[in-house]
Amino acid sequence: MTPDSMTLGNTKRMTYLDALGLAQREELEGRDDTIIIGEDIALYAAGGAYGDTDPSRIRSAPISECGFAGMAVGAAITGLRPIVDLTIANFIYLAADPIINQAARLRYMTGGQFKVPVTYRASMWHGQANAAQHSDRPYPMFMNIPGLKVVCPATPEDAKGLLKAAIRDDDPVIVFEDNDLWGKKGDVPLDTDFVVPIGKAKTHRSGSDVSIISVSGCLRHALKAADDLAKDGISADVIDLRTLLPLDNDAILGTLAKTGRVVIVDPAHRTMGAAAEIAAIIVEDGFDMLRKPVKRVVTPDVPIPFSPPMEAPLYPNPDKIAAAVRELM
Amino acid sequence: MKNDLQSEAYLRMLKIRGFEQAVTRLVTEGEVPGAVHTSIGQEAAIVGACMALNIDDYISGTHRSHGHPIGKGAELKPLMAEILGKATGVCKGRGGSMHFTDKSVGSIGESAIVGGGIPIATGAALTAQVRKTGQVALTFFGDGASNEGVLAECLNMAAVWKLPIIFFCENNGYAAVTPAAHSHGQPDVARRGEGYGVPGVIVDGQDFAAVHAATEAAVARARRGEGPTLIEAKTYRFDEHCVGLFIKGGYRPAEELHHYVNERDPVTLFRNNLLTGGMTQSALAEIEAQAASLIEEAVAFARESAFPEPEEAFELVHASPIPIRR
Ligand SMILES: Cc1ncc(C[n+]2csc(CCOP(=O)(O)OP(=O)(O)O)c2C)c(N)n1
Repeated sequence: MTPDSMTLGNTKRMTYLDALGLAQREELEGRDDTIIIGEDIALYAAGGAYGDTDPSRIRSAPISECGFAGMAVGAAITGLRPIVDLTIANFIYLAADPIINQAARLRYMTGGQFKVPVTYRASMWHGQANAAQHSDRPYPMFMNIPGLKVVCPATPEDAKGLLKAAIRDDDPVIVFEDNDLWGKKGDVPLDTDFVVPIGKAKTHRSGSDVSIISVSGCLRHALKAADDLAKDGISADVIDLRTLLPLDNDAILGTLAKTGRVVIVDPAHRTMGAAAEIAAIIVEDGFDMLRKPVKRVVTPDVPIPFSPPMEAPLYPNPDKIAAAVRELM
Repeated sequence: MKNDLQSEAYLRMLKIRGFEQAVTRLVTEGEVPGAVHTSIGQEAAIVGACMALNIDDYISGTHRSHGHPIGKGAELKPLMAEILGKATGVCKGRGGSMHFTDKSVGSIGESAIVGGGIPIATGAALTAQVRKTGQVALTFFGDGASNEGVLAECLNMAAVWKLPIIFFCENNGYAAVTPAAHSHGQPDVARRGEGYGVPGVIVDGQDFAAVHAATEAAVARARRGEGPTLIEAKTYRFDEHCVGLFIKGGYRPAEELHHYVNERDPVTLFRNNLLTGGMTQSALAEIEAQAASLIEEAVAFARESAFPEPEEAFELVHASPIPIRR
């Protein structure tokens, strides 16, 4: 349990998936303008139990990602707060037009006539032998789209708090869930007003020798690596960014100031991944604080293969992170 | 049809025509940044559809964006200022000619992504249904846009959920320079509704009364909770796809263009009908003068307005702002 959540009272141990489901259910029950649209939502969208929610607000859609992602934009600008469950993250590409061309810029292009309070949920399934069409971590592409907000919760508590923040936000937010975490448990605040602010990173471990800046489900690998390094007397500062658009520059530069050495851990592909942007921020704004070059632990630039012995070694893991840290010491 | 409805319809058709003629002149004089597409020739389709709607009903549209909000009753001054990129523009200079939007008359966005406005209006219809407001939504799109997959998706979802929406195709026979016959497996867009359980209606888009009646019926059906209708107005664009775009060789037969401009001009046809229906020459002249002066005022307003400050580019990106990196 973290200090924040203790002050908020009761918590309950639950999985990341249940935390997402709880966030969604609370928001649907708490206000009558929130709706959910998605395919097979009873199957994917966290349990499918929506209590007494008006059934007209629960829309199990035909397989029409572009259509319903776009409808959500129209619904958002006319007064609803849609949650769109795109299920597996790769399917977000079919909805790219309404998300990028419409949701992200309608407010701007209309001179502020509308707000676009829509939440897109996309679950990143990887490491499960689903091959290249079901294993993407596509958030870097959306970090390049002004007008969006992008979050990547790494714990059950953040899953609840960030999904709720996304639903309550007046702008389009994409919540990239890490499917590897769906079954992982943690303490989750039960307060219905518990939200995790968009744009704030979180320090999970304080250290002085090296900063491990982590994205999404890599957090648990980073923490494991930090444990291993501690046995050798290396003290790691571990931060989870939580929000990728906007990035928490203060947190990035703050940890750099403490350690002067940075390893960035990001499950997206190497080229133009989140890690690339974080490295650029460090070099542009924190170069003088660097004692060693920045290192990235990321996924190589290959489509994700099906066969487990080929797939598994591609992703960041504790050993790779620890090895990268040792190279900097 | 009531007399004041007819006068208002005539005024709106003249406003579209005059606005676009004025814009065309401004383009030639080098005062307009960006591309401009006019709807001259399509006024009866637009106004016929819009006047079947209430002011709080929603419309979405296309890159050929001027006519739709004007048809819905928007004020001309902020629209003209938008064309010139001025701070007083309806979108504060962030949208321009292809993206007119005027929330105050239910215009929720014109999209320069062909087909892009279709799901937006469908979503607005979803809002009306969920909130039980009794509003309907209408989306304008071209024959070219009807080949985008999102139309099929939205027709189907609107039919399954009985959404209060009208899919309104302004079929002007061409997508830029490609004749519809070269890109449609069968010629009638309206028939695409059948496969999804959406009734399709074909109307003469040069005939205000026909369009208006068909749209009124579709609106009534939508308000009764019976779901979507697909209307195809067969119409024609008199100008080039884009003002100033000169296409060598010609892709439209000269006789066809001549026929529409001389015999099927929707404004002339409507005017003649009004005369036959008993409206006087002087009543018509009064409406014509009113349109002309509104357009003149709009041009003057747009010209006199200031440009936005460059720093304003950083405003309005988000409703709850985040730090913008430069
Ligand atoms: C998705 C997309 N593809 C292509 C274009 C380029 N484009 C702009 S207008 C146009 C023709 C559209 O034809 P239609 O839908 O019939 O509308 P019209 O111009 O006849 O009003 C095309 C291809 C675009 N803007 N968006």
